[in-house]
Amino acid sequence: MVWEAAYRMIGWESWKFPSLFQTVESFYNGFAHGQLLEAIINSLRRLLIAFAISISIGLLLGLMFSRSKVIDDTLGFVVIALQTVPSIAWLPFAIIWFGFNDKSVIFITALGATWTMAIATRTGIKNISPIYIRAAQTLGTGTGWRMFTQVLVPGAFPHLMTGIRVAWAFAWRALVAGELIANGAGLGQLLQDGRGLGDTALMLNVVIIIAVLGTISDHFCFKKLEDKLLIRYGLESHTK
Amino acid sequence: MIVIDKVSKQFNQRDGSSFQALDSISLSIKEGEFVSLLGPSGCGKSTVLNLIAGFDKSTSGVIKVNGGDIKAPGPDRVVVFQEHGLFPWLTVLENVAFGLKQKGIGKKERQELALEQIRAVHLSKFADRYPHELSGGMKQRAAIARALIMDPQILLMDEPFAALDEQTRLVLHKELEEIWLRTGKTILFITHNIREAVMLSDRVLVMSTRPGTIKKEFVVQAARPRESSDPLLHHVERSIMECLADELEKVVKEEMGDDTYSFKKNNISDRNFGGMGSGI
Repeated sequence: MVWEAAYRMIGWESWKFPSLFQTVESFYNGFAHGQLLEAIINSLRRLLIAFAISISIGLLLGLMFSRSKVIDDTLGFVVIALQTVPSIAWLPFAIIWFGFNDKSVIFITALGATWTMAIATRTGIKNISPIYIRAAQTLGTGTGWRMFTQVLVPGAFPHLMTGIRVAWAFAWRALVAGELIANGAGLGQLLQDGRGLGDTALMLNVVIIIAVLGTISDHFCFKKLEDKLLIRYGLESHTK
Repeated sequence: MIVIDKVSKQFNQRDGSSFQALDSISLSIKEGEFVSLLGPSGCGKSTVLNLIAGFDKSTSGVIKVNGGDIKAPGPDRVVVFQEHGLFPWLTVLENVAFGLKQKGIGKKERQELALEQIRAVHLSKFADRYPHELSGGMKQRAAIARALIMDPQILLMDEPFAALDEQTRLVLHKELEEIWLRTGKTILFITHNIREAVMLSDRVLVMSTRPGTIKKEFVVQAARPRESSDPLLHHVERSIMECLADELEKVVKEEMGDDTYSFKKNNISDRNFGGMGSGI
Protein backbone atom coordinates (compact mmCIF):
# COMPACT_ATOMS: atom_id res chain seq x y z
CA MET A 1 0.00 0.00 0.00
CA VAL A 2 2.72 2.39 1.04
CA TRP A 3 4.57 1.29 -2.02
CA GLU A 4 1.68 2.03 -4.39
CA ALA A 5 0.90 5.31 -2.65
CA ALA A 6 4.51 6.38 -2.77
CA TYR A 7 4.65 5.44 -6.41
CA ARG A 8 1.69 7.65 -7.22
CA MET A 9 2.68 10.60 -5.05
CA ILE A 10 6.34 10.84 -5.88
CA GLY A 11 5.66 10.07 -9.48
CA TRP A 12 8.44 7.68 -10.27
CA GLU A 13 8.51 6.80 -13.86
CA SER A 14 7.91 3.12 -14.45
CA TRP A 15 11.15 2.66 -16.36
CA LYS A 16 13.00 3.42 -13.12
CA PHE A 17 10.93 1.47 -10.64
CA PRO A 18 7.61 -0.32 -11.11
CA SER A 19 4.42 0.17 -9.17
CA LEU A 20 2.82 -2.54 -7.10
CA PHE A 21 0.12 -3.17 -9.68
CA GLN A 22 2.58 -3.41 -12.51
CA THR A 23 4.65 -5.87 -10.51
CA VAL A 24 1.71 -8.06 -9.60
CA GLU A 25 0.49 -7.99 -13.16
CA SER A 26 3.86 -8.90 -14.51
CA PHE A 27 4.14 -11.66 -11.93
CA TYR A 28 0.83 -13.10 -13.06
CA ASN A 29 1.74 -12.82 -16.73
CA GLY A 30 5.12 -14.35 -16.15
CA PHE A 31 3.57 -17.45 -14.64
CA ALA A 32 0.68 -17.58 -17.10
CA HIS A 33 3.12 -17.69 -19.99
CA GLY A 34 5.40 -20.07 -18.20
CA GLN A 35 8.33 -17.73 -18.63
CA LEU A 36 9.02 -17.21 -14.93
CA LEU A 37 8.45 -20.81 -14.02
CA GLU A 38 10.78 -22.00 -16.73
CA ALA A 39 13.45 -19.60 -15.53
CA ILE A 40 13.06 -20.77 -11.96
CA ILE A 41 13.29 -24.42 -12.92
CA ASN A 42 16.35 -23.81 -15.07
CA SER A 43 18.11 -21.83 -12.39
CA LEU A 44 17.30 -24.37 -9.70
CA ARG A 45 18.55 -27.17 -11.90
CA ARG A 46 21.90 -25.47 -12.37
CA LEU A 47 22.04 -24.56 -8.73
CA LEU A 48 21.41 -28.10 -7.56
CA ILE A 49 23.97 -29.61 -9.92
CA ALA A 50 26.57 -27.07 -8.88
CA PHE A 51 25.66 -27.48 -5.24
CA ALA A 52 26.01 -31.26 -5.34
CA ILE A 53 29.42 -30.90 -6.99
CA SER A 54 30.66 -28.34 -4.52
CA ILE A 55 29.46 -30.26 -1.47
CA SER A 56 31.22 -33.43 -2.62
CA ILE A 57 34.45 -31.69 -3.55
CA GLY A 58 34.30 -29.52 -0.44
CA LEU A 59 33.86 -32.58 1.79
CA LEU A 60 36.80 -34.38 0.24
CA LEU A 61 39.04 -31.30 0.36
CA GLY A 62 38.06 -30.68 3.97
CA LEU A 63 38.80 -34.29 4.83
CA MET A 64 42.24 -34.03 3.26
CA PHE A 65 43.01 -30.81 5.14
CA SER A 66 41.94 -32.26 8.45
CA ARG A 67 43.88 -35.48 8.06
CA SER A 68 47.16 -34.28 6.62
CA LYS A 69 49.10 -31.38 7.99
CA VAL A 70 51.20 -31.04 4.85
CA ILE A 71 48.15 -30.68 2.61
CA ASP A 72 46.58 -28.31 5.09
CA ASP A 73 49.63 -26.06 5.12
CA THR A 74 49.95 -25.95 1.34
CA LEU A 75 46.63 -26.50 -0.41
CA GLY A 76 44.66 -25.32 2.60
CA PHE A 77 46.33 -21.97 2.41
CA VAL A 78 45.52 -21.70 -1.27
CA VAL A 79 41.87 -22.47 -0.55
CA ILE A 80 41.67 -19.72 2.05
CA ALA A 81 43.17 -17.34 -0.49
CA LEU A 82 40.71 -18.51 -3.16
CA GLN A 83 37.81 -18.12 -0.79
CA THR A 84 38.34 -14.36 -0.78
CA VAL A 85 37.99 -14.19 -4.57
CA PRO A 86 34.38 -13.59 -5.62
CA SER A 87 33.57 -16.53 -7.83
CA ILE A 88 32.21 -14.25 -10.56
CA ALA A 89 35.82 -13.18 -11.11
CA TRP A 90 36.38 -16.61 -12.64
CA LEU A 91 33.61 -16.16 -15.19
CA PRO A 92 35.88 -14.85 -17.97
CA PHE A 93 38.02 -17.95 -17.55
CA ALA A 94 34.97 -20.16 -17.46
CA ILE A 95 33.74 -18.63 -20.70
CA ILE A 96 37.08 -19.32 -22.36
CA TRP A 97 37.09 -22.89 -21.11
CA PHE A 98 33.45 -23.83 -21.52
CA GLY A 99 31.88 -21.13 -23.73
CA PHE A 100 28.69 -19.14 -23.17
CA ASN A 101 26.63 -21.98 -21.78
CA ASP A 102 25.34 -23.89 -18.81
CA LYS A 103 28.71 -25.31 -17.95
CA SER A 104 30.25 -21.91 -17.28
CA VAL A 105 27.47 -20.97 -14.92
CA ILE A 106 27.57 -24.29 -13.12
CA PHE A 107 31.33 -24.00 -12.88
CA ILE A 108 31.36 -20.65 -11.14
CA THR A 109 28.39 -21.53 -8.97
CA ALA A 110 30.17 -24.63 -7.76
CA LEU A 111 33.34 -22.63 -7.28
CA GLY A 112 31.50 -20.16 -5.10
CA ALA A 113 30.34 -22.83 -2.69
CA THR A 114 33.23 -25.30 -2.69
CA TRP A 115 35.76 -23.32 -0.68
CA THR A 116 33.36 -22.49 2.11
CA MET A 117 32.32 -26.11 2.28
CA ALA A 118 35.92 -27.28 2.38
CA ILE A 119 36.78 -24.95 5.22
CA ALA A 120 33.66 -25.85 7.20
CA THR A 121 34.43 -29.57 6.77
CA ARG A 122 37.98 -29.06 7.93
CA THR A 123 36.88 -27.18 11.03
CA GLY A 124 34.15 -29.72 11.71
CA ILE A 125 36.43 -32.73 11.52
CA LYS A 126 39.15 -31.07 13.55
CA ASN A 127 36.63 -30.34 16.27
CA ILE A 128 35.51 -33.94 16.67
CA SER A 129 36.53 -35.12 20.10
CA PRO A 130 39.43 -37.60 19.72
CA ILE A 131 37.58 -39.99 21.98
CA TYR A 132 35.04 -40.73 19.21
CA ILE A 133 37.80 -41.51 16.76
CA ARG A 134 39.51 -43.77 19.28
CA ALA A 135 36.25 -45.45 20.21
CA ALA A 136 35.52 -46.10 16.55
CA GLN A 137 38.98 -47.53 15.94
CA THR A 138 38.72 -49.87 18.86
CA LEU A 139 35.38 -51.08 17.45
CA GLY A 140 37.04 -51.87 14.16
CA THR A 141 36.35 -49.04 11.72
CA GLY A 142 39.99 -48.77 10.72
CA THR A 143 41.08 -45.39 9.44
CA GLY A 144 39.68 -45.40 5.92
CA TRP A 145 36.36 -44.92 4.22
CA ARG A 146 34.23 -46.39 6.99
CA MET A 147 35.79 -43.99 9.47
CA PHE A 148 34.99 -41.12 7.11
CA THR A 149 31.36 -41.95 6.42
CA GLN A 150 30.39 -43.33 9.81
CA VAL A 151 32.34 -41.19 12.22
CA LEU A 152 33.94 -38.13 10.67
CA VAL A 153 30.95 -36.93 8.64
CA PRO A 154 28.30 -37.46 11.34
CA GLY A 155 30.69 -36.19 14.00
CA ALA A 156 31.31 -33.02 12.05
CA PHE A 157 27.65 -32.59 11.12
CA PRO A 158 26.84 -29.57 13.27
CA HIS A 159 29.69 -27.71 11.54
CA LEU A 160 28.87 -29.16 8.14
CA MET A 161 25.31 -27.90 8.43
CA THR A 162 26.53 -24.36 8.94
CA GLY A 163 28.90 -24.83 6.02
CA ILE A 164 26.08 -26.08 3.82
CA ARG A 165 23.89 -23.10 4.63
CA VAL A 166 26.61 -20.61 3.86
CA ALA A 167 27.61 -22.54 0.74
CA TRP A 168 23.98 -22.45 -0.42
CA ALA A 169 23.86 -18.68 -0.07
CA PHE A 170 27.17 -18.29 -1.90
CA ALA A 171 25.97 -20.59 -4.65
CA TRP A 172 22.84 -18.46 -5.18
CA ARG A 173 24.87 -15.30 -5.54
CA ALA A 174 27.30 -16.83 -7.95
CA LEU A 175 24.45 -18.37 -9.93
CA VAL A 176 22.53 -15.17 -10.53
CA ALA A 177 25.70 -13.25 -11.32
CA GLY A 178 26.76 -15.97 -13.72
CA GLU A 179 23.40 -16.10 -15.46
CA LEU A 180 23.39 -12.35 -15.92
CA ILE A 181 26.36 -12.65 -18.18
CA ALA A 182 26.43 -16.13 -19.61
CA ASN A 183 23.62 -17.47 -21.76
CA GLY A 184 20.74 -19.80 -21.15
CA ALA A 185 17.27 -19.41 -19.73
CA GLY A 186 17.33 -18.62 -16.04
CA LEU A 187 16.52 -16.00 -13.48
CA GLY A 188 19.67 -14.00 -14.13
CA GLN A 189 19.01 -14.07 -17.83
CA LEU A 190 15.47 -12.91 -17.20
CA LEU A 191 16.84 -9.97 -15.27
CA GLN A 192 19.04 -9.13 -18.20
CA ASP A 193 16.08 -9.44 -20.59
CA GLY A 194 14.06 -7.15 -18.36
CA ARG A 195 16.76 -4.54 -18.54
CA GLY A 196 16.94 -4.88 -22.29
CA LEU A 197 13.20 -4.39 -22.63
CA GLY A 198 12.96 -1.71 -19.96
CA ASP A 199 10.58 -4.00 -18.09
CA THR A 200 11.31 -2.98 -14.50
CA ALA A 201 8.32 -4.93 -13.19
CA LEU A 202 9.84 -8.14 -14.52
CA MET A 203 13.20 -7.28 -12.99
CA LEU A 204 11.68 -6.61 -9.61
CA ASN A 205 9.79 -9.87 -9.81
CA VAL A 206 12.97 -11.77 -10.39
CA VAL A 207 14.60 -10.09 -7.41
CA ILE A 208 11.63 -10.95 -5.21
CA ILE A 209 11.58 -14.53 -6.45
CA ILE A 210 15.27 -14.93 -5.65
CA ALA A 211 14.75 -13.59 -2.16
CA VAL A 212 11.71 -15.78 -1.56
CA LEU A 213 13.35 -18.92 -2.90
CA GLY A 214 16.43 -18.25 -0.82
CA THR A 215 14.42 -17.72 2.34
CA ILE A 216 12.19 -20.71 1.77
CA SER A 217 15.06 -23.06 1.10
CA ASP A 218 17.06 -21.79 4.05
CA HIS A 219 14.25 -21.59 6.51
CA PHE A 220 12.21 -24.63 5.70
CA CYS A 221 14.94 -26.93 4.55
CA PHE A 222 18.27 -26.19 6.20
CA LYS A 223 17.08 -24.45 9.33
CA LYS A 224 14.64 -27.23 10.16
CA LEU A 225 17.25 -29.85 9.50
CA GLU A 226 19.82 -28.04 11.58
CA ASP A 227 17.50 -27.57 14.54
CA LYS A 228 16.56 -31.21 14.43
CA LEU A 229 20.18 -32.22 14.35
CA LEU A 230 21.14 -29.94 17.20
CA ILE A 231 18.43 -31.44 19.37
CA ARG A 232 19.44 -34.94 18.42
CA TYR A 233 23.07 -34.21 19.23
CA GLY A 234 22.01 -32.80 22.56
CA LEU A 235 23.44 -29.39 21.75
CA GLU A 236 20.13 -27.63 22.24
CA SER A 237 17.23 -28.43 24.50
CA HIS A 238 13.87 -29.71 23.27
CA THR A 239 11.94 -26.90 24.84
CA LYS A 240 12.41 -24.21 22.31
CA MET B 1 46.93 -62.72 27.58
CA ILE B 2 49.00 -59.57 27.70
CA VAL B 3 52.76 -59.47 28.17
CA ILE B 4 54.61 -56.21 28.56
CA ASP B 5 58.37 -56.44 28.67
CA LYS B 6 60.61 -53.50 29.60
CA VAL B 7 58.43 -50.94 27.89
CA SER B 8 59.38 -47.27 28.01
CA LYS B 9 57.54 -44.33 26.58
CA GLN B 10 58.79 -40.83 26.02
CA PHE B 11 56.71 -37.92 24.88
CA ASN B 12 58.16 -34.95 23.07
CA GLN B 13 57.19 -31.76 24.75
CA ARG B 14 56.52 -28.45 23.15
CA ASP B 15 59.81 -26.94 24.26
CA GLY B 16 61.69 -29.75 22.50
CA SER B 17 62.65 -31.69 25.60
CA SER B 18 61.26 -35.14 26.13
CA PHE B 19 59.19 -36.38 29.00
CA GLN B 20 59.66 -39.89 30.34
CA ALA B 21 56.16 -41.20 31.00
CA LEU B 22 57.01 -44.87 31.46
CA ASP B 23 60.35 -46.28 32.48
CA SER B 24 60.98 -49.89 31.61
CA ILE B 25 57.83 -51.44 32.98
CA SER B 26 57.11 -55.14 32.77
CA LEU B 27 53.91 -56.93 33.60
CA SER B 28 51.87 -59.84 32.42
CA ILE B 29 48.18 -60.52 32.64
CA LYS B 30 46.86 -64.03 32.36
CA GLU B 31 43.80 -64.95 30.40
CA GLY B 32 40.57 -64.34 32.29
CA GLU B 33 42.31 -62.31 34.95
CA PHE B 34 41.01 -59.05 36.35
CA VAL B 35 43.96 -56.74 36.92
CA SER B 36 43.88 -53.14 38.09
CA LEU B 37 46.53 -50.58 37.43
CA LEU B 38 46.44 -48.15 40.30
CA GLY B 39 48.30 -44.92 40.75
CA PRO B 40 48.06 -41.21 41.31
CA SER B 41 47.21 -38.92 38.41
CA GLY B 42 50.00 -38.49 35.91
CA CYS B 43 51.76 -41.74 36.75
CA GLY B 44 51.36 -43.07 33.24
CA LYS B 45 48.70 -45.69 33.88
CA SER B 46 46.57 -44.48 31.00
CA THR B 47 49.67 -44.48 28.81
CA VAL B 48 50.04 -48.20 29.46
CA LEU B 49 46.45 -48.71 28.34
CA ASN B 50 46.93 -46.59 25.24
CA LEU B 51 49.95 -48.66 24.28
CA ILE B 52 48.06 -51.92 24.67
CA ALA B 53 45.04 -50.50 22.83
CA GLY B 54 47.31 -49.42 19.97
CA PHE B 55 46.60 -45.68 20.16
CA ASP B 56 50.27 -45.01 20.93
CA LYS B 57 53.57 -46.63 20.11
CA SER B 58 56.11 -47.43 22.79
CA THR B 59 59.58 -45.91 22.58
CA SER B 60 61.23 -49.20 23.49
CA GLY B 61 60.28 -52.62 24.77
CA VAL B 62 57.89 -55.31 23.62
CA ILE B 63 54.14 -55.64 24.06
CA LYS B 64 52.49 -58.88 23.07
CA VAL B 65 48.78 -59.56 23.10
CA ASN B 66 48.01 -63.26 22.73
CA GLY B 67 51.49 -63.70 21.36
CA GLY B 68 51.10 -61.15 18.56
CA ASP B 69 52.42 -57.62 18.12
CA ILE B 70 50.14 -54.61 18.28
CA LYS B 71 49.77 -52.81 14.98
CA ALA B 72 46.60 -50.76 15.31
CA PRO B 73 43.58 -50.49 17.57
CA GLY B 74 41.18 -53.33 16.99
CA PRO B 75 38.07 -55.08 18.24
CA ASP B 76 40.00 -57.88 19.94
CA ARG B 77 40.79 -55.48 22.80
CA VAL B 78 38.01 -52.96 23.10
CA VAL B 79 38.47 -49.87 25.23
CA VAL B 80 35.88 -48.43 27.59
CA PHE B 81 36.69 -44.78 28.21
CA GLN B 82 36.14 -42.54 31.16
CA GLU B 83 33.85 -40.29 29.15
CA HIS B 84 31.90 -43.22 27.68
CA GLY B 85 32.70 -42.19 24.07
CA LEU B 86 29.24 -43.08 22.79
CA PHE B 87 28.51 -41.49 19.43
CA PRO B 88 26.00 -38.70 20.06
CA TRP B 89 24.48 -39.06 16.59
CA LEU B 90 23.42 -42.66 17.17
CA THR B 91 20.83 -44.14 19.51
CA VAL B 92 21.88 -46.54 22.24
CA LEU B 93 20.87 -49.44 20.01
CA GLU B 94 22.85 -48.13 17.05
CA ASN B 95 25.82 -47.39 19.27
CA VAL B 96 25.87 -50.91 20.62
CA ALA B 97 25.41 -52.37 17.15
CA PHE B 98 28.15 -50.14 15.69
CA GLY B 99 30.95 -52.66 16.09
CA LEU B 100 28.93 -55.43 14.47
CA LYS B 101 28.21 -53.17 11.52
CA GLN B 102 31.95 -52.85 10.99
CA LYS B 103 32.16 -56.63 10.92
CA GLY B 104 29.61 -56.61 8.11
CA ILE B 105 26.78 -58.28 10.02
CA GLY B 106 23.29 -57.66 8.60
CA LYS B 107 21.00 -55.09 10.11
CA LYS B 108 18.41 -57.43 11.56
CA GLU B 109 20.90 -59.78 13.13
CA ARG B 110 23.00 -57.04 14.66
CA GLN B 111 19.96 -55.34 16.14
CA GLU B 112 18.90 -58.56 17.79
CA LEU B 113 22.36 -59.13 19.20
CA ALA B 114 22.56 -55.53 20.35
CA LEU B 115 19.20 -55.74 22.10
CA GLU B 116 20.33 -58.84 23.90
CA GLN B 117 23.46 -57.06 25.08
CA ILE B 118 21.46 -53.99 26.09
CA ARG B 119 19.17 -56.20 28.13
CA ALA B 120 22.20 -57.63 29.90
CA VAL B 121 23.12 -54.16 31.15
CA HIS B 122 19.49 -53.33 32.00
CA LEU B 123 18.94 -50.60 29.43
CA SER B 124 16.13 -52.18 27.38
CA LYS B 125 13.80 -49.28 28.04
CA PHE B 126 16.32 -46.80 26.67
CA ALA B 127 17.43 -48.60 23.52
CA ASP B 128 16.09 -45.91 21.19
CA ARG B 129 17.29 -42.94 23.21
CA TYR B 130 20.24 -40.77 22.29
CA PRO B 131 23.25 -40.73 24.62
CA HIS B 132 22.63 -37.19 25.87
CA GLU B 133 19.28 -38.33 27.21
CA LEU B 134 20.89 -40.86 29.55
CA SER B 135 22.41 -40.42 32.98
CA GLY B 136 26.13 -40.90 33.52
CA GLY B 137 25.74 -44.43 34.83
CA MET B 138 23.47 -45.44 31.97
CA LYS B 139 25.92 -44.06 29.42
CA GLN B 140 28.70 -46.07 30.94
CA ARG B 141 26.55 -49.21 30.92
CA ALA B 142 25.78 -48.62 27.25
CA ALA B 143 29.50 -48.18 26.58
CA ILE B 144 30.21 -51.50 28.31
CA ALA B 145 27.50 -53.19 26.24
CA ARG B 146 29.03 -51.72 23.09
CA ALA B 147 32.40 -53.19 24.06
CA LEU B 148 31.05 -56.60 25.11
CA ILE B 149 29.09 -57.14 21.92
CA MET B 150 32.39 -57.43 20.07
CA ASP B 151 33.12 -60.41 22.29
CA PRO B 152 36.71 -59.23 22.78
CA GLN B 153 39.19 -61.40 24.60
CA ILE B 154 40.44 -58.36 26.41
CA LEU B 155 38.55 -55.45 27.86
CA LEU B 156 40.58 -52.32 28.52
CA MET B 157 38.87 -49.97 30.93
CA ASP B 158 40.31 -46.49 31.36
CA GLU B 159 38.90 -45.13 34.63
CA PRO B 160 35.41 -46.02 33.43
CA PHE B 161 33.63 -45.07 36.65
CA ALA B 162 35.73 -42.07 37.68
CA ALA B 163 33.15 -39.52 36.58
CA LEU B 164 30.22 -41.20 38.31
CA ASP B 165 28.74 -40.51 41.71
CA GLU B 166 29.47 -42.91 44.53
CA GLN B 167 26.13 -44.75 44.55
CA THR B 168 26.10 -45.34 40.81
CA ARG B 169 29.68 -46.49 40.97
CA LEU B 170 28.86 -49.12 43.61
CA VAL B 171 26.04 -50.46 41.47
CA LEU B 172 28.28 -50.63 38.42
CA HIS B 173 31.02 -52.41 40.40
CA LYS B 174 28.51 -55.16 41.12
CA GLU B 175 27.41 -55.30 37.50
CA LEU B 176 30.93 -55.37 36.17
CA GLU B 177 31.89 -58.17 38.54
CA GLU B 178 28.85 -60.13 37.40
CA ILE B 179 29.72 -59.59 33.75
CA TRP B 180 33.28 -60.65 34.38
CA LEU B 181 32.24 -63.78 36.25
CA ARG B 182 29.78 -64.62 33.48
CA THR B 183 32.00 -63.97 30.46
CA GLY B 184 35.47 -64.67 31.83
CA LYS B 185 37.08 -61.80 29.91
CA THR B 186 40.56 -60.59 30.62
CA ILE B 187 40.13 -57.12 32.07
CA LEU B 188 42.73 -54.44 32.54
CA PHE B 189 41.19 -51.78 34.72
CA ILE B 190 42.80 -48.38 35.16
CA THR B 191 41.81 -46.44 38.24
CA HIS B 192 43.03 -44.08 40.91
CA ASN B 193 40.44 -45.32 43.37
CA ILE B 194 42.01 -47.81 45.80
CA ARG B 195 38.70 -49.16 47.04
CA GLU B 196 37.51 -49.76 43.51
CA ALA B 197 40.71 -51.56 42.53
CA VAL B 198 40.58 -53.82 45.60
CA MET B 199 36.88 -54.56 45.27
CA LEU B 200 37.12 -55.70 41.67
CA SER B 201 40.52 -57.16 40.93
CA ASP B 202 42.42 -60.37 41.33
CA ARG B 203 45.62 -58.38 41.33
CA VAL B 204 46.35 -54.72 41.88
CA LEU B 205 49.50 -53.23 40.37
CA VAL B 206 50.49 -50.03 42.10
CA MET B 207 52.37 -47.57 39.94
CA SER B 208 54.78 -44.93 41.09
CA THR B 209 55.12 -41.66 39.32
CA ARG B 210 57.72 -39.64 37.36
CA PRO B 211 58.78 -41.74 35.62
CA GLY B 212 56.04 -44.32 35.74
CA THR B 213 57.14 -47.72 37.00
CA ILE B 214 55.34 -50.53 38.71
CA LYS B 215 56.06 -50.20 42.36
CA LYS B 216 54.38 -53.15 43.95
CA GLU B 217 51.90 -55.90 43.27
CA PHE B 218 49.07 -56.89 45.58
CA VAL B 219 47.16 -60.11 45.15
CA VAL B 220 43.59 -59.95 46.38
CA GLN B 221 42.52 -63.44 47.35
CA ALA B 222 39.04 -62.65 48.59
CA ALA B 223 35.98 -64.70 47.74
CA ARG B 224 33.76 -63.82 44.78
CA PRO B 225 31.38 -62.17 44.56
CA ARG B 226 33.11 -59.62 46.68
CA GLU B 227 31.56 -58.23 49.84
CA SER B 228 32.47 -54.67 50.68
CA SER B 229 32.62 -55.63 54.36
CA ASP B 230 35.20 -58.38 53.79
CA PRO B 231 38.04 -57.70 56.28
CA LEU B 232 40.59 -59.03 53.81
CA LEU B 233 39.71 -56.24 51.39
CA HIS B 234 40.21 -53.68 54.14
CA HIS B 235 43.55 -55.15 54.96
CA VAL B 236 44.75 -54.97 51.32
CA GLU B 237 43.34 -51.49 50.98
CA ARG B 238 45.35 -50.37 53.98
CA SER B 239 48.58 -51.86 52.66
CA ILE B 240 48.07 -50.16 49.31
CA MET B 241 47.37 -46.89 51.06
CA GLU B 242 50.70 -47.10 52.87
CA CYS B 243 52.48 -48.03 49.68
CA LEU B 244 50.98 -45.05 47.91
CA ALA B 245 51.65 -42.50 50.62
CA ASP B 246 55.08 -41.46 49.31
CA GLU B 247 53.67 -41.32 45.78
CA LEU B 248 50.93 -38.99 46.83
CA GLU B 249 53.49 -36.82 48.53
CA LYS B 250 55.50 -36.64 45.31
CA VAL B 251 52.44 -35.60 43.33
CA VAL B 252 51.35 -33.02 45.85
CA LYS B 253 54.83 -31.53 45.94
CA GLU B 254 54.99 -31.30 42.21
CA GLU B 255 51.56 -29.77 41.84
CA MET B 256 52.03 -27.27 44.62
CA GLY B 257 55.58 -26.48 43.62
CA ASP B 258 56.44 -26.48 47.31
CA ASP B 259 59.19 -28.80 48.45
CA THR B 260 58.61 -28.28 52.12
CA TYR B 261 55.07 -29.62 51.99
CA SER B 262 54.67 -33.01 53.56
CA PHE B 263 51.63 -35.18 53.11
CA LYS B 264 52.40 -37.54 55.99
CA LYS B 265 53.13 -34.90 58.55
CA ASN B 266 50.16 -33.13 60.00
CA ASN B 267 50.59 -29.86 58.30
CA ILE B 268 47.85 -27.87 59.95
CA SER B 269 49.61 -25.19 61.91
CA ASP B 270 49.14 -25.34 65.63
CA ARG B 271 48.75 -21.65 66.05
CA ASN B 272 45.72 -22.21 68.24
CA PHE B 273 47.82 -24.00 70.76
CA GLY B 274 50.44 -21.27 70.76
CA GLY B 275 48.39 -19.14 73.05
CA MET B 276 47.46 -21.96 75.38
CA GLY B 277 47.99 -21.11 79.00
CA SER B 278 48.85 -17.52 78.25
CA GLY B 279 45.73 -16.36 80.03
CA ILE B 280 46.58 -17.97 83.30
